[in-house]
Amino acid sequence: MTKLARELLFPLIAVVAAFIVGGILILIVGDNPFQAYGLLLGSALSWPDGIGYTLFQATPLIFTGLAVLVGFRCGLFNIGAEGQLYIAAFATAWVGIKFANLSPWILIPFCCAAAILSGAFWAAIPGVLKARFGSHEVINTIMLNFIAVALVSYFTQYHYKERGDPILQTAPIGQNAYIPPLGKFIPGFPERIPLNVAFLLALLCCLLVYLFLWRTKWGYEIRATGSNPFAAEYGGISIGRQIIIAMAVSGALAGMVGINEVLGNRHRYYDGFSDNYGFTGIAVALLGRNHPVGVILAALLFAALQHGGIYVDGFSEHVTKDIVQVLQGIIILFVAAEAFFKWLLQRRASMERLRA
Amino acid sequence: MLELRQITKRFGDVLANDHVDIVVKPGTIHAIVGENGAGKSTAMRIAYGFYTPDSGEILVNGQVQDIKSPHDAIALGIGMVHQHFMLVETMTVAENIILGAEPGSVVALDLKSAAAQIRQLSEEFKLAVNPNEPIEHLSVGQQQRVELLKALYRHAKLLILDEPTAVLTPLEVEEFFVILRRMRGQGKTVIIITHKLSEVLAISDEVTVMRDGRVVGRVQTKDTNAAELARLMVGREVLLRVEKPEPKIGETELEVKDLSIVDIAGAKRVNGVSFEVRRGEIVGIAGVEGNGQSELIEALAGLVDPTRISGAINLEGRDLKSLGARVRRELGIAHIPEDRHRRGLLLDFSLAENSILGVHYRPPIAGVLIDENAVQRRAAEIIQGFDVRPPNAALPARALSGGNQQKLIIGREYHVAPKLLLVSQPTRGVDIGAIEFIHRQLVSLRDNGCAILLVSAELEEVTSLSDRLLIIHDGKIAGEVDPKVATLEEIGLLMTRGH
Amino acid sequence: MRDIFTLSLIASTIRLSTPLVLAALGGLFSERSGVINIALEGKMLAGAFTAAAVTYAADKSLGLGNASPWAGLLAGMLAGLFIAAIYAVSCIKFKADQVVSGAAINILMIGMPGFLSGAFFLSSGSTPQIPKDHLLPQSPVIIAIAILVLVAVIWYVVYKTPFGLRLRSVGENPEAADAAGVSVSKIRYSGVLLAGVLAGLAGAYLSIGQSSLFARNMTAGRGFIALAALIFGKWRPVPTLLACLFFGLTEAISIRMQGVVKLPSGEDIPVQFIQMVPYVLTIVVLAGFIGSSRPPRALGIPYQKEK
Repeated sequence: MTKLARELLFPLIAVVAAFIVGGILILIVGDNPFQAYGLLLGSALSWPDGIGYTLFQATPLIFTGLAVLVGFRCGLFNIGAEGQLYIAAFATAWVGIKFANLSPWILIPFCCAAAILSGAFWAAIPGVLKARFGSHEVINTIMLNFIAVALVSYFTQYHYKERGDPILQTAPIGQNAYIPPLGKFIPGFPERIPLNVAFLLALLCCLLVYLFLWRTKWGYEIRATGSNPFAAEYGGISIGRQIIIAMAVSGALAGMVGINEVLGNRHRYYDGFSDNYGFTGIAVALLGRNHPVGVILAALLFAALQHGGIYVDGFSEHVTKDIVQVLQGIIILFVAAEAFFKWLLQRRASMERLRA
Repeated sequence: MLELRQITKRFGDVLANDHVDIVVKPGTIHAIVGENGAGKSTAMRIAYGFYTPDSGEILVNGQVQDIKSPHDAIALGIGMVHQHFMLVETMTVAENIILGAEPGSVVALDLKSAAAQIRQLSEEFKLAVNPNEPIEHLSVGQQQRVELLKALYRHAKLLILDEPTAVLTPLEVEEFFVILRRMRGQGKTVIIITHKLSEVLAISDEVTVMRDGRVVGRVQTKDTNAAELARLMVGREVLLRVEKPEPKIGETELEVKDLSIVDIAGAKRVNGVSFEVRRGEIVGIAGVEGNGQSELIEALAGLVDPTRISGAINLEGRDLKSLGARVRRELGIAHIPEDRHRRGLLLDFSLAENSILGVHYRPPIAGVLIDENAVQRRAAEIIQGFDVRPPNAALPARALSGGNQQKLIIGREYHVAPKLLLVSQPTRGVDIGAIEFIHRQLVSLRDNGCAILLVSAELEEVTSLSDRLLIIHDGKIAGEVDPKVATLEEIGLLMTRGH
Repeated sequence: MRDIFTLSLIASTIRLSTPLVLAALGGLFSERSGVINIALEGKMLAGAFTAAAVTYAADKSLGLGNASPWAGLLAGMLAGLFIAAIYAVSCIKFKADQVVSGAAINILMIGMPGFLSGAFFLSSGSTPQIPKDHLLPQSPVIIAIAILVLVAVIWYVVYKTPFGLRLRSVGENPEAADAAGVSVSKIRYSGVLLAGVLAGLAGAYLSIGQSSLFARNMTAGRGFIALAALIFGKWRPVPTLLACLFFGLTEAISIRMQGVVKLPSGEDIPVQFIQMVPYVLTIVVLAGFIGSSRPPRALGIPYQKEK
């Protein structure tokens, strides 16, 4: 078996197994699994809406998937992408509101920098806490998620909401901060579909993350730390520094969700905009085997499911779009318990030996 | 009482026990001696149900028994005190002792009667342990007595003690032996695993000697002496005598003055060590493992927190103590670590990526980007120059045999043309062909003017390679000998008995 | 200001801390045995949904009447147990990463209630309303007594029974426990399953005690606050209870302050800052700024017995 086939095989098994379990659940509630899966996946392939929305939904998942990936490669579990992207989206909106009159050539990079730096800052906090005090990044990132949500909700509610607006959202950002939808450039692709330049940025980030991790000395040090911190230390690498750098890079990537959301889609900060992007990022990274290419594929799968979920809701009798979350959960469970499949295979092998 | 018959146990490539036969008579103190890695602990862990043997059988009181877990062993009256104590530090003495054999009912732990029973046992064997003290407040010697009580509380008739004196002060050792004799007096059988020959002679009735996973001798203690035991223990056939020219000794490269190192728990592992290593010589450090060698090398390599070190480490007159591993490497120190899986390799990384560890951040390997061609060139040079097989730089280091992994590390560390090379256990788990190759490389590096500090538990290796030989015992230099004239027995005795 | 600190504040503190106490004490069993429990949230959701669904069904279809909330309560606990069993097998038998599996359970349980309620109640994620007289008793006095009794029992189990001794030892030093003849995996299974039952109970209390239906994501992070309380309470029953009461109090205050108390400038006092308190405290405590909160030493590490 080639290396590529080996890398693909296991995620495929996990997905297929999850679909089988999901199919059984659909049967139990009284629908036809093939019909439901047809709706779920089929709708993602229609032009232009299906493909457009799938790619749009994939954008934040690529960012968060990459964020989780960078953490994993350093041996860290960043469950905090959710909080990082909230902080970053708000910071993006803040810059877009405060400096609305700057020229787009200055304002857009300025907004992007806000997204990246604020995300990096928020993620660096648990990084520093781990490097300095050894406190577990999982607990701290979880706690910081809640703090982030409360913090931005406070600023939105008390300082940046438009008077009288019943919705918890900020005022709109200046038009100069808008980044164009891809419909502007692709003939026949309607501009109403929110797929925007941030998608290209996400793809670019995949390339950059790949180059950073596998082609630069910094990436080497991060991966060495994740692979064997004792050997890394022996090689003259400072473990604490790598932890902080990896968390900051991870947070910067999560923060870029704010670019897609604020500059490319809603043009304001909207409380609770994230559809669990940070947590789905965990699934994306794990299913994508912690590789940027895998992240793109996994993000597309989950985005297609999420988009298809709407059609399932509308056109099937019993099954709702919640099946998407259920499938996601089962996929991660299967990916996590890799040993389960090895055990199954071994058991089958020994059973056959018994029969023979 | 206990009999192991033809026990064989393999861990991966390593044959830890090779058809081991051990017979322990009831009411005796039986010593099992051997160098580190001789298979003593493995055999006893099998008897206690921690490992399952690949083949062979265990007899307890003449009956073949299937011991699958410590639970089974305890039921058969076997107790074991491990080298690393198996105690829960946050719990009290009594809680630790009764764990797994709790008195009282399922719904109520009867700590009172447990404490009473422990006090009684403690008095019977004069152990002086307070059942209500938390373990973390106890000294190492007291913790050991808790371990003994744990076994006694479970009505153990046979006690297996794994290196029980390694952690004790000489005074504590005396007290401990008194306790053991008292136990024998009360009809208990004791197995003591050790490599300290003086203690074997002082306490045991019978001795089984192990080497390289096999039993190589069984003697009555009264019929033997330290010299014979030392020869049995370390005296393997001389496989290869390293051919080496007279050293061309130059100026002092490394000077260590009054160096002491404490571990994280605050215990002193190295105690006031002073020596120097000059260019063009190999200085060997012989000693039973765990006597401070590992800490010494790690401290010299910059891998020990400077706050735990006192004394001076000078390289060409420059004080290294506060410098990190990276700066020390830049100053010309290379390091072949004792544990290649833990320290030396990134097992999931390719050979190419492993070949640049330590120089990965500077020209010619990297500016910001890592120069892939330079990496491949370097990897190819190391793989060819050091005969790493299979010669495929894209393989993960995990895929290589132990010997080839070691050659990769050695090639990497030689490639920087070090001024000082720190070498620890260079041929552990390495096949004979590779051993010879590694030895020749060390000598040629020496002849090029490198200063080499060599630590090895293989007596024969360290004596044949070194130009000067220091013997370390209990964190102190116990003596210096001329390896050309000193006998193995002489060195063995220094290693095992100190002064 | 006086309007806030009244008897009813105490009552609502008790009401709001109850699910936290139940879930946190469940987490205590799991974490004391060495298994991280970030899946408390998911187990609470499972318990909350199942309890509401079963209570409703028992009332409407089986006509159990007043007994229906008790059927629901039992079902909620079983649901927590079931989810915990999946988690336990994955973490203990297959040695999966505990954090990853926990995250998977949480994601699964965001979806599952919606999926099932969509199918069975044709709703978008909530169960139908349950009649007020078919809910669990709500008297703060009864609840307070029940909680105190429960904490006492758990304290006793953890510190005064053989099981508790084994539980604590397995979480601290599984090798030592193994050497003493204790089965590490048996104890860990018990710890994780107990956590499931208690978290399920916590969820049931939310849906058929505090409110009268299951609403989408109704735990709203309480599983994580419970985890925070457990850490803040240093993995000990009584301090954990106090931490939960404190966090419940902050929540009660933040609810009551809304629109009632104003800053001198005439603005509301932002509730968000009160909501943050448990999380900030947890981070501070974990970093060792206030006392030290040392987790069980073997927490999160699968026990790999050498063969």
